[in-house]
Amino acid sequence: MVTAEGVCKRFGRTEVLAGIDLTVERGQVMVLLGPSGSGKSTFLRCINHLEKIDGGRISVDGELVGYRQAGVNLHELKEREVAARRAQVGMVFQHFNLFPHMTALANVMEAPMQVKGLSRDAARTAAVEQLRRVGLADKGDNYPVQLSGGQQQRVAIARALAMAPKLMLFDEPTSALDPELVGDVLEAMKQLARDGMTMVVVTHEMGFAREVADQVVFMDGGVVVERGTPAEVISNPREERTKAFLSKVL
Amino acid sequence: MSATDAPGGTAPEQLRAVPIRHWGRWVAAAAILLVVAWLVSALIGSHAVEWSVVRHYLFNKTILQGVRNTIIISVLAQAAGIALGVVFAVGRLSRNPVLTFTSSFYVWFFRGTPVLVQLIFWFNAVPLVFKNLTIALPFTHVVLYTSPMVKFMTPFMAALLGLGLNEGAYMAEIVRAGILSVSHGQTDAALALGMTPSLTMRRIVLPQAMRVIIPPTGNEFLSMLKTSSLASVVLYGEVLRRATDIYSTNLRVLELLIVASLWYLLITSFASVGQYFLERRFGRAYIR
Repeated sequence: MVTAEGVCKRFGRTEVLAGIDLTVERGQVMVLLGPSGSGKSTFLRCINHLEKIDGGRISVDGELVGYRQAGVNLHELKEREVAARRAQVGMVFQHFNLFPHMTALANVMEAPMQVKGLSRDAARTAAVEQLRRVGLADKGDNYPVQLSGGQQQRVAIARALAMAPKLMLFDEPTSALDPELVGDVLEAMKQLARDGMTMVVVTHEMGFAREVADQVVFMDGGVVVERGTPAEVISNPREERTKAFLSKVL
Repeated sequence: MSATDAPGGTAPEQLRAVPIRHWGRWVAAAAILLVVAWLVSALIGSHAVEWSVVRHYLFNKTILQGVRNTIIISVLAQAAGIALGVVFAVGRLSRNPVLTFTSSFYVWFFRGTPVLVQLIFWFNAVPLVFKNLTIALPFTHVVLYTSPMVKFMTPFMAALLGLGLNEGAYMAEIVRAGILSVSHGQTDAALALGMTPSLTMRRIVLPQAMRVIIPPTGNEFLSMLKTSSLASVVLYGEVLRRATDIYSTNLRVLELLIVASLWYLLITSFASVGQYFLERRFGRAYIR
């Protein structure tokens, strides 16, 4: 589903990603671990072209992200084409980023109506169903400020799912939540994984990684240090850097 | 803790919280009232102003037409200013260097020259430079519309162009501030959902920017209502011009200036009320 080959990214002179090779199979859950500044969030944002890469290539479901290949040339896609590919990839952010001027229901209805051209009625029916799945059927008329962090994040998940994405990206989805609200969000994500969604998750929740991940990747300094099953990477890390990181977070 | 530790010997349920007394406020209010009363009585008692003349001209037909014209030109010029402001603010923030440069130039030029000069320029200079206004299909001889520029550039058109283009430059900066106030995460979220940058601007960023844009825009509109009096130099018959015309024949200068000012006060009061409701409308999603 996701193939990254030699992905490089620089912010000015700082090399954030120094050649990342990763693959995620359809239906798999990949968890990215690593200290802050290791490049894991940047890599996630490259997968849906919120950041442009400076080298290498990423493809999602066989299509290059952000570019079209013609021989040795990669031609940058037009904004409309980039948008069409992004519509197939859902993303959930650390700070939820719900649209504060819209109710929860309108947040979920917005992209299906504006991007896919669904009618208001069809979008509403689908949105109500998505909110019910994350346990917020009764919160549709609330504005984001009236919801707790955990509820906002579940609305954000429903908003992404309403586009029926092939792939879901999670950028530290529980890092901004009060501890007692983390469980509901993780539960919604576990349910999604059980339903067979392909997911790439940046998180510090080791319990979630152990339980749900098919593949755990430890990144540091813009490179992949170690990858494998949760049992390999979290329980029996081989690399010193992985051991040092895990000893601090476990 | 025993009862003897507490200050005084009173039981807690007998205690009464006494708010701070604001004696100073009462004294200040009384002083201000006195000063205002003295000013009003001086104005009325001096007989410098003939109040019956004020009453006579307050609802004079010529004045009322002027009031109507003031409202019309202010509303239209402000609307043009807002539209231009949005266009040039988005242009200034775009990644297209041509748009950025053009927008910056527009703001620099129209903010940097007096609006009085701009009005005179549109009314007097443009018809001298361009004798005819012609709308034709390019590369053909098909002419859709043509007329002498003098006929097209009426006082109304000159006032609208002068005031509207000048206002657009100020509005561009206000709208730009509004757009910049919306967090970048909002754009990220909208783009990640597959919205194009223009759709994101229209549906997500601008509606949120409105909260920041409305208060200074209200300010601009109140200012526009009074700046529109400058349009009298291009013979536009707004209320101050009408008052001037009348006092130039009957010499009741103070009375007619008071008439015009009373109307300005009334219109700006209504505008302020309108602004309150607009703010409430765009702020309703932010009430917990």
